[in-house]
Amino acid sequence: MMQSMISRLKAINLQTLVMAGAIVAIAIFFSIATEGDYLTARNVSNLLRQTAITGILAIGMVFVIVSAEIDLSVGSMMGLLGGVAAILDVWYGWPLPLTILATLAAGLLLGAWNGWWVAYRKVPSFIVTLAGMLAFRGILIGLTGGTTVAPTSEAMGIIGQSYLSSTLGWLIGCGCLLLLFGTTFRGRQQRLQHGLSAKPLPQTLIGLAVAMAALVTLLYVLNDYRGVPTPVLILAGLMVLLAFVANKTAFGRRVYAVGGNLEASRLSGLRVERIKLAVFALNGLMVAVAALILSSRLGAGSPSAGTIAELDAIAACVIGGTSLAGGVGTVFGAVLGALIMASLDNGMSMLDVPTYWQYIVKGSILLLAVWMDVASKAKR
Amino acid sequence: MVQAVAQVPDDAAQPLLQMRGIIKEFSGVRALDGVDLALSAGQVLSLCGENGSGKSTLMKVLSGIYPSGEYQGEIWLDGALYQVNNIKQAEQAGIAIIHQELALIKELTILENLFLGDEISQFGVLNHAAMYSRAEQMLARVGLTISPDTPLVELGVGQQQLVEIAKALAKNARILILDEPTSSLTESETDVLLAIVEQLKEQGVSCVYISHKLNEVLAISDVVCVIRDGLHIGTREAQGLTQDDIITMMVGRELTELFPYEEHDIGDTVLSVAHASAWHGSNRHIKLVDDVSFELRAGEILGVSGLVGAGRTELMQCLFGSYPSRYELELTLDGQPLVIKSPSDALTKGIAMVPEDRKRHGIVPVMSVGSNITLAGLASFGNWLGQLNEAKEHAAIDEAIARLRVKTASADLAIRSLSGGNQQKAILAKCLLLNPKILILDEPTRGIDVGAKYEIYKLMFELVKQGVAIIMVSSELPEVLGISDRVLVMHEGKLKGNLINDNLTQEQVMECALRSTTEKQ
Repeated sequence: MMQSMISRLKAINLQTLVMAGAIVAIAIFFSIATEGDYLTARNVSNLLRQTAITGILAIGMVFVIVSAEIDLSVGSMMGLLGGVAAILDVWYGWPLPLTILATLAAGLLLGAWNGWWVAYRKVPSFIVTLAGMLAFRGILIGLTGGTTVAPTSEAMGIIGQSYLSSTLGWLIGCGCLLLLFGTTFRGRQQRLQHGLSAKPLPQTLIGLAVAMAALVTLLYVLNDYRGVPTPVLILAGLMVLLAFVANKTAFGRRVYAVGGNLEASRLSGLRVERIKLAVFALNGLMVAVAALILSSRLGAGSPSAGTIAELDAIAACVIGGTSLAGGVGTVFGAVLGALIMASLDNGMSMLDVPTYWQYIVKGSILLLAVWMDVASKAKR
Repeated sequence: MVQAVAQVPDDAAQPLLQMRGIIKEFSGVRALDGVDLALSAGQVLSLCGENGSGKSTLMKVLSGIYPSGEYQGEIWLDGALYQVNNIKQAEQAGIAIIHQELALIKELTILENLFLGDEISQFGVLNHAAMYSRAEQMLARVGLTISPDTPLVELGVGQQQLVEIAKALAKNARILILDEPTSSLTESETDVLLAIVEQLKEQGVSCVYISHKLNEVLAISDVVCVIRDGLHIGTREAQGLTQDDIITMMVGRELTELFPYEEHDIGDTVLSVAHASAWHGSNRHIKLVDDVSFELRAGEILGVSGLVGAGRTELMQCLFGSYPSRYELELTLDGQPLVIKSPSDALTKGIAMVPEDRKRHGIVPVMSVGSNITLAGLASFGNWLGQLNEAKEHAAIDEAIARLRVKTASADLAIRSLSGGNQQKAILAKCLLLNPKILILDEPTRGIDVGAKYEIYKLMFELVKQGVAIIMVSSELPEVLGISDRVLVMHEGKLKGNLINDNLTQEQVMECALRSTTEKQ
């Protein structure tokens, strides 16, 4: 009984456990190296804020990679969308909600543009988005005239720089817990109603308790500094929403199927072109969200913003267990991947490791992560 | 030990190859449980067994894919203990395996394929002349008289297989393992292959032959070895053995009949197809389907027969909206004109298809058995948000698995880990979840074992009794004749015959196809 439980947990969550272990190991290493500075509430808050942008990009990217495509235009697209948001805000003085809507719409459109070429014109996504990577950056430089668009309005600062009050933080936290309890027990109920076996109650309760403890600890630590950073809330919200889309909806299932076997999916009646278009459009939307946070945090739109961000996003997905062959990957894994990348960045910056070393270490970690994955699969 | 040797009927003193008590486990499950096998020089041994019985595993042990140490038991080759760690070492020892999926590179020429990795060169410069004359000798040994410079794409599957055999022989193979070599060959190609095996035998090359086609097995082998559930059931001399004997050993039960024909009523016409034509993808002047018209009635099993390349699969793709190039046809469903532009159109109109190529077009290998089953019918489990009702979905999956008797430890297992027959059942389950009115089965029993075949036939009869119309494309004439109510005979894209199956014989069907050829000449 216990054994089977452990083996099941292992099978499902091995990758997650390995990644969680890696995050803990990194945390321990840097706390020792920085004599405890790494794990202060302030730095944890910073670390999570750093994770937000790459994490959101990784969430969009994971859908693209699972559908067996790639998007190299993400960095330039984020730069362009961030630039557009800054221009609307600084030059035209649009109110914040309008700026947000326009930027999101533009992101959806640019993503759909990529997707249309890939799905309906059958140009390989590598090429389509490589073209986008160049063209979007070009448009950005053209629009801004190569200068930084600053300073953004005070309202704009809310997206990337504000914190939730501790009361609001706790309220949202409690809401999440209630939602989690509700859906878990409803799912159980449904399974039992249909005469299916459900996980034993103690196991379910343990799982919930762990989730609760983690959330409470996190909230406590963040409230100890300034509260939950808004970008982190956005990341968490999007993670939950898109994990739901990936795992619990027909659309999500179809994305995995298309990436797993395009022809079999087509023959099963899936409208594969539409699905691919939607995946790229969704990715564009995520890029727009990340772009808004970026411009808000920088307080400006810069012609060089977002350079090579696509590589961070792809690396986060891959470290998080997404297969470039398609059909395999999780939203949660991608966000954990982004957290690992951000932890390294953050820790090495605290230690004043030269930039060149940071690149070398991140590259090595990416290689190592994929090699470990490949090696463990070959053994099975 | 001595007894194990004596079991094998053989007039030569010492067998060339002996495998003793081979045990191979995969995470606690015994795929092979003490299998013995003996083979003399110049002998052909057929290895029979249902899919998942352990045949392939045994051959992987022999050909070095599972290195020595990963299995228990011993293998003796030519009186010496045979321990190899990879395919290369096995080839050096004289054992070569020819897989179902050919390991040749289609973009290269025959010669380039033959010498891949062993090119004859001086200082890195290829010596084409030397390789050419050597290649001609190699090809002659398998009866091929084509130029070694021919690109491989121009060869049929049968000839490609011969090229691969030639390649193996060039490495001094003494034991050739042929894994389902004829599964995608036409009858004449099969004859050529069997003749070559016969010739090799005279040259002292031994052969382990794996096939589901028992007539071939009996025609070619000296001994037949049967494996079931990883156990060695028996090794018998082929002389005097009948197909029924082998089947009984394979399934462990008497199959009263291979084709469980059941009476059923045939209703009115549900689908009529008129003037179906399909053009070749890259050559617009070639018609792969040429003006075919036919009708399909409710509760009917319509067999579609013909040789490979007759245009049967292409015709089905036209019906299902999945033909990749230009095609045209007029469809009438229940008296209403019907336009089908995509598989999604076909499925919503109640036409479902189990495609020919299971791996490429049927399964999504990385997904679970359950997710594969519900893939086509996902919409029915979603609410307005597209959120799936998992409980409802799982209930449907469990029901489908039980109904089709898909053998799987769990619905959450990746479908690629199932045997071919069970994968096929899962794909059928996927189609049935949509409650189709018309079911197209393209080679539904190719490469699957006797037991699973039988169950699929049973299911087909169950469906037609409920009024479903079934079109079954098959290259196996006995199957077409054993199951169908009516048979369409196709040849070179044209419909040559529309025969009521009233004790139709194989000869009549073959003649129908061939007569037309002679007429044309």
